[in-house]
Amino acid sequence: MSRRLTFRAPGIALRLDARTLWVSGALLLAALAAVTLTVVAVGIRLPLADIAEILRGGGRRADRFVLLDLRLPRVCLGLLTGAALAVSGAVFQSLSRNPLGSPDIVGFTTGSATGAVLAIVVFGAGPVGSAFAAVVGGIATALIVYGLTARGGGSVRRLVLVGIGIAAMLVAVNSYLISRARLDAAQSAAVWLVGTLNGRTWDYVRLLGIALAILTPPLLLLSRRLQMLAMGEDSARSLGVPVAGSRLSLMVLAVAICAVSTAATGPVAFVALAAPQVTRRLTRSPRVQLLPAAITGALLMVLSDFIAQRILAPAQLPVGVVTGAVGGAYLAWLLSVQWRKGNG
Amino acid sequence: MTSRLSGSDLTLAYDHHRRVVAEHLDVRIPDGSFTVIVGPNACGKSTLLRALSGLLAPRHGTVALDGAAISSYRAKEVARRLGLLAQSATAPEGISVADLVARGRYPHQRLLRQWTPEDEFQVARAMAATGVTELADRAVDELSGGQRQRVWMAMALAQQTDILLLDEPTTYLDIAYQIDLLDLCADLHEQGRTLVAVLHDLNQACRYATHLIAMKTGKIVAEGNPREIITAELVEDVYGLACQVIPDPQTHTPLVVPAARSARGARSAG
Repeated sequence: MSRRLTFRAPGIALRLDARTLWVSGALLLAALAAVTLTVVAVGIRLPLADIAEILRGGGRRADRFVLLDLRLPRVCLGLLTGAALAVSGAVFQSLSRNPLGSPDIVGFTTGSATGAVLAIVVFGAGPVGSAFAAVVGGIATALIVYGLTARGGGSVRRLVLVGIGIAAMLVAVNSYLISRARLDAAQSAAVWLVGTLNGRTWDYVRLLGIALAILTPPLLLLSRRLQMLAMGEDSARSLGVPVAGSRLSLMVLAVAICAVSTAATGPVAFVALAAPQVTRRLTRSPRVQLLPAAITGALLMVLSDFIAQRILAPAQLPVGVVTGAVGGAYLAWLLSVQWRKGNG
Repeated sequence: MTSRLSGSDLTLAYDHHRRVVAEHLDVRIPDGSFTVIVGPNACGKSTLLRALSGLLAPRHGTVALDGAAISSYRAKEVARRLGLLAQSATAPEGISVADLVARGRYPHQRLLRQWTPEDEFQVARAMAATGVTELADRAVDELSGGQRQRVWMAMALAQQTDILLLDEPTTYLDIAYQIDLLDLCADLHEQGRTLVAVLHDLNQACRYATHLIAMKTGKIVAEGNPREIITAELVEDVYGLACQVIPDPQTHTPLVVPAARSARGARSAG
């Protein structure tokens, strides 16, 4: 067992895991480094001195534009969506007791894309309308998957399998809708097939920031119940956790967090799957670590976006292509490990 | 007889089975007793225990805890009065013994008061009482079945409740570990706790129970001190097994000895 640190003051008595603390600190530093790297060197180099000058209100007008209107909002949105997806993934993986119970695997993010594509192709919606439709689509997909598995005890395996099936169907729906659309609608809808941070402005950051500021605190307050639920419903209940209500609140919040972040970027693959798992391996903690997972998610997202922007520069790949490629390999590895353990 | 925990006119059923397990069931758990519920498979004994613990809401009737319906309490309040060792408990992967036992403190903790000196003391005491102190840093996954069951007992003890319900605590344990666990239960009972356990082994039930409840197809057929109620007729009635009841040579409690095959003739047990 790793070392535990106890903090006590009048009215306060907390215990934290030493390893989790320093791993989180290291991840935070790494995320900061990735942000700096992206801001400085993703395209035209902006030396740190220039950046400092710009932040103080000076600098050349072109540099100001690159930093303040292109790079900073993009990197901020990357941090927010990475963290949001990771938290949502951590909650779902814990509730379903399966890494594959992630919102990006069981179709919630794809469902958001379907909502957006539908809004663009059928109703000619603009950016605001399609983002709204994405939120609705994600939540609707979650309801469908849950509805199909809730009857008959709602086994974990079924949730994952039904979700994967729904996800595959939705991918087909998305492709079909786009193939039937007019050229201009098809072009704006196509960005919803792979998540991207390209051309994201402060508006996106602001809206997502507000949504997450509302949704995240209650989720963090419920995280202790999430730990207890991992012991099985009967044990959690007999230790004083109102099981049904806690589960429902956790799911609603996690679905909403996933949906709003997907509305901002489109379906970014595998961050929700990988971030909690990577965090778990780094902290070696049996607990579900929401905040450390959020930091890992933010780091993964910003790094992936840096790679996406550099790999074919000056052409910019959608970040979802990078997370898809890296995450796909990770998923294959994870499945093979589970298979060998005999519970795949 | 006083009773902090009782059920009246209970109709018990599982939604996804649609089958009614028991109807018009009345039960009182005597305070300070070591009550054991026995009966053949599917007689409703575990279902009754789940209802008494508040895990299963009866379709009709009420379970009363300290004079009020158990459903009227907040979940944490129930957990401060009544503990349950559930059959389906799973330890999170990689969790240490000390951390799992510490989870028993949950009903006493609040958001900013998660690890008080009292929590620390109670966890240490629970581990000492169940003999798992030396295992504190080990991962629960690595332990033997018997050790693991002791750890779950420690968790339930850390919960500090006067009433403790145990759902088939000895299942899957070797005979030595079964006795070991039942001895531990007897100790806890002697310290003043009320215990309610579902057990499979009738002879163990007779040895350890101060109050026995025999169930058959959702009904309580007999209840009372095992010395007074266990007879060959009752066992035959409840289990459909011809047998002889003799005094246990060690404890003088009833010992049920199934009749020899030849004595039972060709008749098969119902």
